[in-house]
Amino acid sequence: MIRDHFKVLTVDLSSGRSTITEMDGRSTMAGGSGLAAMLFEKYAILDKQWNDPAQPLIFAIGPLTGYFPLMSKTVCAFKSPYHNQYAESHGGGRSALSLRFADYDALVITGKAKSPSALIVGSRQIEIRDVHYLWGTDLQFTGRALRQMFPGAGHRTILRIGPAGERQSPMACITADTYRHFGRLGGGAVMGAKNLKGIMIHGDRNFVLPDNKDYMQVFDKVYKDMTDTDMMSKYHNLGTPGNVRVMNDLKALPIRNLQATTDPAAEGISGEKFAEVALLRNAACAGCPVGCIHIGFVRERFQEENRYVYRQISYDHELVFAVGSMLGVMDCFEVLKLIDVAEKMGLDVMSPGVALAWATEAFAMGIITEKETLVPLAFGNSAAYQAALEHIAYGTNEFYQLLSQGTMKAVERYGGGDFACVLGQEMAGYATGETFFVSQALGLRHSHLDAGGYSYDQKPKGKTVEDAVKFLVNDEKGRVFLTSMVSCLFARSVYTDEVLGNCLRSVGYGTLADNMGKISEDIQRLRWKMRVRTGYRPESVSIPKRFTEITTWKGQIDKAFLASLKDEYSRRILEMAR
Amino acid sequence: MKILTTPRMERCIGCHSCSLACARLVHKRLSWDTAGIRIRSSGGLSTGFEAQLCLACDPAPCVAVCPTGAYSQRKGGGVVVRRKLCIRCGACAKACPVDAIYVDIDEEPFVCIHCGRCVPYCPHDCLEHSEFSRGAAASGKEDAASEEVES
Repeated sequence: MIRDHFKVLTVDLSSGRSTITEMDGRSTMAGGSGLAAMLFEKYAILDKQWNDPAQPLIFAIGPLTGYFPLMSKTVCAFKSPYHNQYAESHGGGRSALSLRFADYDALVITGKAKSPSALIVGSRQIEIRDVHYLWGTDLQFTGRALRQMFPGAGHRTILRIGPAGERQSPMACITADTYRHFGRLGGGAVMGAKNLKGIMIHGDRNFVLPDNKDYMQVFDKVYKDMTDTDMMSKYHNLGTPGNVRVMNDLKALPIRNLQATTDPAAEGISGEKFAEVALLRNAACAGCPVGCIHIGFVRERFQEENRYVYRQISYDHELVFAVGSMLGVMDCFEVLKLIDVAEKMGLDVMSPGVALAWATEAFAMGIITEKETLVPLAFGNSAAYQAALEHIAYGTNEFYQLLSQGTMKAVERYGGGDFACVLGQEMAGYATGETFFVSQALGLRHSHLDAGGYSYDQKPKGKTVEDAVKFLVNDEKGRVFLTSMVSCLFARSVYTDEVLGNCLRSVGYGTLADNMGKISEDIQRLRWKMRVRTGYRPESVSIPKRFTEITTWKGQIDKAFLASLKDEYSRRILEMAR
Repeated sequence: MKILTTPRMERCIGCHSCSLACARLVHKRLSWDTAGIRIRSSGGLSTGFEAQLCLACDPAPCVAVCPTGAYSQRKGGGVVVRRKLCIRCGACAKACPVDAIYVDIDEEPFVCIHCGRCVPYCPHDCLEHSEFSRGAAASGKEDAASEEVES
């Protein structure tokens, strides 16, 4: 609903009480990333641990959510179990439209339920229900059970965690509607710490649209750009896995724990190969006609006589890189099997994939043995990795308990830090060079999407530290406004400042449209402030040696440039956080 | 007269663009409920999607039970809606054999009027607005017409 304030639902799981608050800030913090940071400042206890029951778990949408195509994401914010600092994680599915139609700009969950519970929220319903019988079940079973228990099929979101979240692993994700995730930095563990197995948001309201022709015209223009031009064809066609071949050709695909950056065998897991042999169908987040979700299948014979089961598994570049090229698994069906295990366990696929790549190299070097790994980890051994993913989720032994806290926790105990592919958190699937490495290592979300460092790396030579930092800061600023709307970042080529301004004005948010620059700068600053006030020291972030040893299409990594860029970007981040 | 059908729902990706278009263009609302076509998963997202919409009955059971004439029989099947006459008794929704009529929080019923304006918004061409004769082959795709809900 269009309003000049925020309507925030706060649920305290400890007392079972809820509050609906109207808050100022719409014209300064917009929504999404801005609103989440604002709510974190209000509700978080900055100097207490991430799993203190009082800490908030925040879900925020933006002023354009549901009103325009691809305004279909939700920002989740929390104090992260990965680094005990402020974190944002973005997810889609039906979460954003469900929150919109439940008529809340944000949902803030505090406290801890007395027993494993599910929270049910709608415009006319708030309920905390005991679901202790679901604790310990895998994510797919949980999804099926919750679907049957609550109303609203098709017009609701079901957010849930698996065993990894229950065990409070920082690698635990929150899964939204089977195929999308609030993947990184341990949102699933925050739900686990709150005894919260699932959240069901029922989008059961509707709103009168602005009474003007502009809205319809602007909508149709945006819709046509999304669907009738080639602006989104990358996501519509092969989807993000189209990056695999591109990165491989550029010598920028992390392979076998980044021991290599290109390998002809990676063709076996290219987007083209997936599309040819394993792509079953596509799906979309609610409100997105592009439908970038690519769903593959695996089929398994379970009896000698020809009896098979098949499963549907969504795949993306980051997943294919993390449990494919990074683990030397170059067969798309084996990659899908690995993703499937991680999904059932409620693990973010990227972090454990990269962690297992480190473990494989450590195992080969004799730093760890099968006593620790329990299975013979070896690049390409999909069966061993399937078992290892379950060990990470369940924390089977001390080694896996440490590894499930993050690769660097295992490094502290066993060594091998030089070849840990960690950039703030386990790396994303781009070995494009210095700017990307610094961008992910220092970025607020430690995500490849914080700023386009990977594209800056691909620009012609002649760049300077000053220019690169300027690019990172400005690019982040633009993205922060988009994630405050809350747009899918895949739509950033369509949602230029001019188009966003038209969208905002057409629904009555002229003030936001007129002050986009100032607002995004303020949101950017507040996010960094939250991060630094929860303990972030960008100057102390280190980039492991492995990243300086690689060769890309540009040749060797420029270590001096990397170091200077890191120092200067750290300085700018601290400046923004003041 | 043309009616809206969903002959290719196996292609549906669950984007809800059709529902949102109906609510936006026909009912001037932002909604995925107050629309003549509504999308739901057919038992979880892994099983695909199904559309809830009017099958263009003739005679229509909802018309038969409407006490005021707010719903009257449409030529070619379905209903003509006169909102002013509706007393919001909900009888139409109860009479619908396929749950195609959505009743909102204010007890107002919403049903497909077979105008076809949702069709261009489906990115996978799941929908069709065409002359339809039961027991005959489809006549092919047609452009959207411009029927209105009479207010």
